[in-house]
Amino acid sequence: MEIRLEKTEGLCRLGIEGEMTIYNALDIKKALLETLDGPARLEIDLSGVSELDTSGLQLLVLAKKEAKLLGKELRITAHSQATSAVFELYNMCD
Amino acid sequence: MEIDLSEARQTFVTESIELLQEMEGALLRLEGSPGDQETINSLFRSAHTIKGSSGVLGIESVERFTHAVENLLCKVRENEIRIDKKIIEVLFECRDHIQVLVDCASSGAGLSQGLLSREAELVKRLGSCIGGRGDAPDKTTEKETSGAEAGEGRLAATNAWHISIRFNGDLFRNGMDPASFLNYLAGLGETISITPLFERMPAAPEMDPEECYLGLEVDFRSEFDKKTIEDVFEFAREGSVIHILPPHSRVEAYMDMIRSLPEDFLLLGEILIKGGALTQHELDEALDMQKGEDAGAEQHKRLLGEIMVNEGMIYPEVVDAALERQKLSQASRSKEARTMRIDANKLDSLINLVGELVISGANMGQHARRLKDGWLTESASIMSRLVEEIRDNAMRMRMVPIGETFSRFNRVIRDIGRDSGKDIELKISGGETELDKTVIEKINDPLMHLVRNAADHGIEMPEERASKGKAPKGTVRLNAYHDAGSIVIEVSDDGRGLSRERIFKKACALGLLSPAQTPSDSELFRLIFEPGFSTAEQVTKLSGRGVGMDVVKRNIEALRGAVDVESDGRSGTTVRIRLPLTLAIIDGFMVGVGGSSYVIPLDMVVECVEFSEAERRAANRRRYMNLRGEMLPYIRLRDFFGTQGQEARFENIVVVRCAGQKAGFVVDDLYGEVQTVIKPLGRVYRDVKGIAGATITGNGKVALILDAPALMEGAGGGATASNLN
Repeated sequence: MEIRLEKTEGLCRLGIEGEMTIYNALDIKKALLETLDGPARLEIDLSGVSELDTSGLQLLVLAKKEAKLLGKELRITAHSQATSAVFELYNMCD
Repeated sequence: MEIDLSEARQTFVTESIELLQEMEGALLRLEGSPGDQETINSLFRSAHTIKGSSGVLGIESVERFTHAVENLLCKVRENEIRIDKKIIEVLFECRDHIQVLVDCASSGAGLSQGLLSREAELVKRLGSCIGGRGDAPDKTTEKETSGAEAGEGRLAATNAWHISIRFNGDLFRNGMDPASFLNYLAGLGETISITPLFERMPAAPEMDPEECYLGLEVDFRSEFDKKTIEDVFEFAREGSVIHILPPHSRVEAYMDMIRSLPEDFLLLGEILIKGGALTQHELDEALDMQKGEDAGAEQHKRLLGEIMVNEGMIYPEVVDAALERQKLSQASRSKEARTMRIDANKLDSLINLVGELVISGANMGQHARRLKDGWLTESASIMSRLVEEIRDNAMRMRMVPIGETFSRFNRVIRDIGRDSGKDIELKISGGETELDKTVIEKINDPLMHLVRNAADHGIEMPEERASKGKAPKGTVRLNAYHDAGSIVIEVSDDGRGLSRERIFKKACALGLLSPAQTPSDSELFRLIFEPGFSTAEQVTKLSGRGVGMDVVKRNIEALRGAVDVESDGRSGTTVRIRLPLTLAIIDGFMVGVGGSSYVIPLDMVVECVEFSEAERRAANRRRYMNLRGEMLPYIRLRDFFGTQGQEARFENIVVVRCAGQKAGFVVDDLYGEVQTVIKPLGRVYRDVKGIAGATITGNGKVALILDAPALMEGAGGGATASNLN
């Protein structure tokens, strides 16, 4: 798994590549929280995610919740095939 | 798949016992006020929870029978059936039967033929209570196979299965992914809706990414039977909460599920959608309506639920259940914060460690004193104060009020009253008095015996009481209070009291007394604690066989307690039990005789005075002295324990008080206060009089703990000191 964090004026973009599963859940949580520390607008790019399991999904939900709590805007910008399948399964396509 | 559920089972057993206790309390209250809706609700909830958890754990025997009981309670709760004496009686017996079933489940024993036929009989009686409805008996025995649950109540309109799951938090760690269950489920039919829930997930800092916080609400159309659908979640079943409701389930079933959902403070509407009782569309409509009404000026805000009921969108029961759960969840949350369940073993090992800490602290204190290092002495004394506080706190954790034990006897008294035709009332006072949990557990049997005796032998029949000018209703009283480091428990009745003549006659017959003797009341009454002593003319099923009082005495003495009895032949009998507050650690007063150390429980020590030369000279002639004008019997421990060696030049006398009497112990040296961890003596020393236990002092030596009450008996009776050898 590889995590890229780009910070520009007022925008923080997080790209995750590889597996987003229970095996690296701890690292992902850390990365997500770091992202949330950043500016008011956040983007997560999932296009490089090869596998997403429920623990990964759970972390994305956490990030959404946390962003709302902090009054920041968090958007998931791109889905890979693997991620959209999971979102569909859980009826979370919105 | 074999899953080890033993731990969950243990919790189930503990909880069930509590719930059964609640049920008993509720039933007793119902006898007084049969119409009390709150009590009926609590009765229903208890039965329902037992049924639910036994179901989750697959303890079928309990689930099946409790379900039958729940059916009746449900009807009672909805005022379809009026509760009366007969129903209460049946419910009492059912409660007892559930207890037996739970016991069987906990010991892993199968059900005997006798139990099964007892169950069949009870189920039949439950059925006849439900009355005329015919469907009751088979409802209880039928095991649902597929489709809607049998039984009555309005059926939900939906033709889909509803599955509600709160996954076990360890699911991910166990290598499972809920997504795979969903994929598999999709193969069995048509998924209508899936709602993932992460309400249990805490805020980011506390959130554990490896913990599964997921819950699912799934609506699902399928031709398969319940077993097949259940099997989808077979591997997740352990530790998860799973509800599977077949299509067209009873509305009640949805209610049950709503009640057991773990989420807190959810919007009423959300719960209803999740329960499958209402669609999103219907909810939206209801919301719109509420908005419209708000606009209507001063109009009162109507509850969302009320609107939905009025518009006929939903059955009122469902709303009630959802509202009730919201209330309940708030109440239980605040309660959870206040108490937590701890394994008794953990507490015991903590106490043990504290005990060792006390010893090693004392040891350090002694070294500090020996080295005469000021700093070290100060540190040691600060530490010993802290250790003392820890000890007190640890001991307090084990303290529980005795009230719960007392209230169990309500049922005993009630049953005796019913069986014997007596009118008896149990009055409880001092229920908040606390004592060590181990002591409480061990005092239960002796108390049971005493209470039965009081009700069975003590209290007379109503006619007899009336002829004596007493109120026809007899009273048995349980009282508890603290007194000088011990707890006193009194069991008293206002019955016929002990008969002096009869006990005297019996004692002579047994050869315990000779007819020429004239014992005092208290000496005579003490004989009822001798083995084989019973003066009851009638042997009833409960008491009167002459076994028991001696066992009571033995049990209490095993707890380092004492028991005595008081009676005046007219106004009844009082049995008084005196117990130490705790069994593990006491504050002691250390004294020396010859080369040995002894510890006297500090609570009993009143004062220390010098044993004057004049008294010493008189000691050969008498065993009492003049203490400021008061007669004080005493014992010379040197003589009592046959201590060898030269007599000390000066002796002291320690004045102790116990059970209202004073006595003196003559010793050589006074060492002062010590914290004492009681170590029981081995079997060999069990019959040694005057010693309650031993302890290890700071310097590693053994000091014996004096059994002051037993010693005082010798001193008070003026007996010449019997030698140990």
